[in-house]
Amino acid sequence: MSEMKKRWIALYVENQVGVLAKVSGLFSAKSYNLQSLTVGTTEDESISRMTISVESDDITFEQIKKQLNCMVEVIKVIDLTDVTLRMKEMMFVTITDLNEAQMTEAFQIAQAMRVDVVDIGIQSVMLECKRTEHKHNDLIALLKKKFKHISVVRGGAVAVESISTECK
Amino acid sequence: MDITGRKLFVKALQEEGVDTIFGYPGGTVTDLFDELYKTDAINLVLPRHEQGLIHEAEGYARSTGKVGVCLVTSGPGATNIITGLADAHYDSIPLVCFTGQVPLGLIGNDAFQEVDIVGMTRSITKYGVTVRNREELGRAIKMAFYIAQSGKPGPVLIDIPKDIQTAAGSADYPDHVDIRGYKPSSGVHVGQLKRAYKMLRTAKKPLILAGGGINIARANDKLQAFVEKEQIPVVTTIMGKGAIPTTHPLYIGNCGMHGKYAANMAVSQCDVLFSIGTRFNDRITGDLNEFAPKAKIVHIDIDTASISRNVVVDVPVVADADVALEKLLEWAQPKKMDKWMEQIHEWDESNPLAMRRDRGMSPQMIMEHINREFPHSIYVTDVGQHQMWATQYLELDENSQLITSGGLGTMGFGFPAAIGAKIANPDRNVVCITGDGGFQMNIQEMATAVTQGANVTICLLNNYYLGMVRQMQELFYGKRYSATCLRKRPSCPADCKGPSENCPPYVPDFVRLAESYGAYGIRVTKEEEIEVAFAEAKKHTNAPTIIEFMIATEELVLPMVKSGNPMSEMILK
Repeated sequence: MSEMKKRWIALYVENQVGVLAKVSGLFSAKSYNLQSLTVGTTEDESISRMTISVESDDITFEQIKKQLNCMVEVIKVIDLTDVTLRMKEMMFVTITDLNEAQMTEAFQIAQAMRVDVVDIGIQSVMLECKRTEHKHNDLIALLKKKFKHISVVRGGAVAVESISTECK
Repeated sequence: MDITGRKLFVKALQEEGVDTIFGYPGGTVTDLFDELYKTDAINLVLPRHEQGLIHEAEGYARSTGKVGVCLVTSGPGATNIITGLADAHYDSIPLVCFTGQVPLGLIGNDAFQEVDIVGMTRSITKYGVTVRNREELGRAIKMAFYIAQSGKPGPVLIDIPKDIQTAAGSADYPDHVDIRGYKPSSGVHVGQLKRAYKMLRTAKKPLILAGGGINIARANDKLQAFVEKEQIPVVTTIMGKGAIPTTHPLYIGNCGMHGKYAANMAVSQCDVLFSIGTRFNDRITGDLNEFAPKAKIVHIDIDTASISRNVVVDVPVVADADVALEKLLEWAQPKKMDKWMEQIHEWDESNPLAMRRDRGMSPQMIMEHINREFPHSIYVTDVGQHQMWATQYLELDENSQLITSGGLGTMGFGFPAAIGAKIANPDRNVVCITGDGGFQMNIQEMATAVTQGANVTICLLNNYYLGMVRQMQELFYGKRYSATCLRKRPSCPADCKGPSENCPPYVPDFVRLAESYGAYGIRVTKEEEIEVAFAEAKKHTNAPTIIEFMIATEELVLPMVKSGNPMSEMILK
């Protein structure tokens, strides 16, 4: 068996009732390891594009792509695993119960990590983060170490093939 | 001019050439039934239960290759067809099932007889949709018929809310649909097929594994011509049985869990396994690490997702079996295979497929009589021991057909499927081979058979047990017959190890049951009575005949490979 690794798929589907359920149902029904799934309409409102990440070996991944291709509602399956991508995730982190020193520290982290402080209270701040999933994982790990009370809202990654630049 | 949805529904069926529809009425489909009442172009068959209904539609579809059409109401009507949808999905049977739905405005309210049937059946249909707009109705029905029968066939479900049925809209029914996400493969990659063929040519011990795809594609003649030219032996899966005539000198037998010794040995020893239209189900492969260990594997299949899923193949070819074989036939050249054939014959002679003949009437004897008395027939089985005996001992040629629930293994399938096959083929003999367990799962369809005049000959092998499970309990569970004896009552000893004189009587009495339905019943206890019983059954042209064969309770299906073991490790005696 080949190694388990994280892989990406872009999926063009009919923008219809039940298609999201059908696609996500495939992953549970066949015990595929779905890590994130985001969906939104494209310039053509009758078509949605999904960005899906899965953790799997080569054989299972091939099977996942074939199974998705079988679905009548799936228009196109694109394997993004070895493609140069632009990839971003939307994430909000709210940090609460901060004393003054911690508040300063939160601002410093935000600056260093290139995320924005978009809201603030007497003892709390909210960070708006638009980096990669990977960077967000690092940021969450750091914030968890530094602060007692953080709450995270993640949107899952959206990926698109880059036009020219190498940017992962 | 605009017409109602219900009128468009019947118009669509007529344009699709539907001659028979299996329907059970209910609150949300009364409009459609009212419309069907007004046409005599479509034969409306009323079953006695929706599970029976969908298996009847399957029997119709499996025996003709045409789409089987079902119409049931919302809620329980819809949920009762779920087993049949799964059955048809596994065995690639083209069905279009219409379900009624509560009016659009009530969906989501937990209305009376409301279920999300499209949601429930998403993983066991090829396609399913609730029609939410009257203008989409025509296209939805057209899509259903197109998807059900193209590519790898399968069941499609169209859920029609009651108000869509009565709403006015366009009278147009499209003559074709273009579906951007659905382009079934029609050709074959010639380069890839050539690679496969070259591999076959270099083989010293080649073997063809023919699956159900051959029968679905109706590619039997081409396969036979190809193997005759090349002189390559053939094994089949259960669904592939009949791919070439079973009496053909190149035919070895079924492989798999209850396959023939020589067939499983051939798979274990071949150097090229050329497989067509099979998905390498676990019942065929056993332990995947030990499956065809010496062979390079070619796999031709219409379904890309079936290729390299269970067994990693050396040469994959995506194609319809018929299209691929047509090309292969162009290239075919004679090949000398004497040594390999000799080896196969040796295996066959050392362990032929045969049951003991010294313990009275054996299932093998019954199958042999069926072969003699009902040649060129449609044989339909239920699921269990009798099914395995049928697949082992029935002889099939180009004029006969075996219909069986191979993938899902649905008990209760056989009898209604036989009725459906008979309705579709009134001039052919239809023999239903069933067990006392499975027959009772859809026994109510006796009424359907009688009212439809479907004179199916039912060969019911009665051993008082759910035999297949009893067999596993005997071999692997220390004869702890948990819930498999159909005579067992609370007064029986808890640790019963088999029948005795004190056993309570069997219920029902199948002969009297048949009579109560206005059908015929005959009980056969020894071999000498079989011929007479068959002659009698043939006289009954207006209603079915149940022939109840009292077979030995301890009869086993052999050979047997324990689930998960290598196919070369067969229990032979």
